[in-house]
Amino acid sequence: MNVLVCISQVPDTTTKIAVGPDGKSMNPHGVKFILNPYDEFAIEEGLRIREKFGGTVTTLTVGGESAKEILRTALAMGSDSAGIIKDEERLDSYIVASSIADVARSMSPDVILFGRQSIDFDSFAVPSMVAELLGWPNISMVSSLSIEDHSVTAERDIEGGKETVSATLPCVIAAQKGLNDPRYPKLPDIMKAKSKVISEHPKSSAVRRVDVLDMKLPDTKRLNRIFGESDKELDEVVRLLHEEAKII
Amino acid sequence: MNILVYLEASSNGLKRSSSEALTAARSLADGSGITGIMFNGTPEAFSAAGEYGLQRCLNINDNFIEHFSNSLAAVAISEAAHANGANVVIMSATATGKDIAPRIAVRLQAGLLADCIELIPTGETVEAVRPIYAGKALIRVKPDTAVVVATLRPNVFTARKTERTSVAVETFSFASDKDVRTSVVIRTSQNEGTMDVAEADVIVSGGRGLKGPENFHLIEELARSLGAAVGASRAVVDAGWRPHREQVGQTGKTVAPSMYVACGISGAVQHLAGMSTSKVIVAINKDKEAPIFKVADYGIVGDVFEVLPKLTSKISAVTGRH
Repeated sequence: MNVLVCISQVPDTTTKIAVGPDGKSMNPHGVKFILNPYDEFAIEEGLRIREKFGGTVTTLTVGGESAKEILRTALAMGSDSAGIIKDEERLDSYIVASSIADVARSMSPDVILFGRQSIDFDSFAVPSMVAELLGWPNISMVSSLSIEDHSVTAERDIEGGKETVSATLPCVIAAQKGLNDPRYPKLPDIMKAKSKVISEHPKSSAVRRVDVLDMKLPDTKRLNRIFGESDKELDEVVRLLHEEAKII
Repeated sequence: MNILVYLEASSNGLKRSSSEALTAARSLADGSGITGIMFNGTPEAFSAAGEYGLQRCLNINDNFIEHFSNSLAAVAISEAAHANGANVVIMSATATGKDIAPRIAVRLQAGLLADCIELIPTGETVEAVRPIYAGKALIRVKPDTAVVVATLRPNVFTARKTERTSVAVETFSFASDKDVRTSVVIRTSQNEGTMDVAEADVIVSGGRGLKGPENFHLIEELARSLGAAVGASRAVVDAGWRPHREQVGQTGKTVAPSMYVACGISGAVQHLAGMSTSKVIVAINKDKEAPIFKVADYGIVGDVFEVLPKLTSKISAVTGRH
């Protein structure tokens, strides 16, 4: 069973976002970049599939030179090989999906794994787009997965519950928290990963479909009214929720 | 502008998120040129759509809804958009919407505007504002394509009823591909009787300040008095006190209710990422320095064990819910 795991490099969650000089992208100065948290579940699941069925795990990312760092993390966790599609901008999910689909066509994996979303652009778009481009089924928000013969059965989160979905292989899976407990890479493996070769794949020639016009920080003004816990003050809070905020 | 709106039926009509999408479509197109599309629509759902001004709805009667396949749904909606000359396809960013919209965008060679919080009509097409970096920034996006697919973040667009219209329902058949049809089969197991945080209008969330799962009845009681759903912080979900489906924040759900009440939650960045776009935020915490107070409209500095029972009875007195 050959697995392709697609991962992305994102700003650390605690990053304070500032608008860059172009007025439409983040100022990267001083920003710490990390492996997208959901992608850890995808890498771990890929490794578990290989442990169960044999085969290989290839990790792929789309990004700039610095994104090789997260590929080294995946290699240290146990990925057999790693590749990068050089695309510094990464702004258009269709181009990203097309680039990944091109690599997938040349590799013909049995399963492509993603994290459920990349926490930078939060579009939830690339896994479904890749599946559509390849003509494959996909299952998103997967919190439990089993593979048997030529089909997968997965549990996915939906509003108000879960649903169980089965699909034929090859298939695209987007991992949700709870799917597994990602392993930590061991120090010797981290050292070994540093010298591994990372292959480069061309960016798709697909044309951009969405343009970013501008970026701004949200207006986060809050009333910030602070009260104590006395009966009188709680009465006032309830009155304000009722009469001022008109919410109860 | 010719708009196709994908509508999801609920047990007694239309999902609220779909009513929101219909209202958003109406404000774009001035009420004309809007077609709805449903899978196995019910009379209740069509009637509910009429309350939001829909005049024409395509219905796909196919038993595949029992074995719903996202790829097949995308084929159906794409064909309907094509057959009707729709240049704007709108749906809510629900679990299904998020799953099928990217497929439809690929099929229609359309730009995808995902998880929008504002739609701006620009002549024959639309631009949108959408949050990125967990809501820490907003971008305005414009399609470079003739056709656009937009998903709307639930609870952000207000669902407004209008003069009831009668809905002309037309059966829509499409050329399905049997291979696609058989590839995905679904069994649903809803959590009976619980309201989902992603759909709730009011959420009461509890964190580590509750000290243990046995104290969450305080959260549930306040939630009942408000008709709210129960949410939880990552800390208490990781500790096994509450199920993951209730988790609000980065590795849980992103919510934007009319009111969010955070109880015993300090307000880690990861939690704020999931709830900071709520319309009104109330925080209860004994530490007056807790970061949650920085995003709160109404903050109560106090012990949750003291405050929650009192607040619940005072709110019950107003709402009549117990």
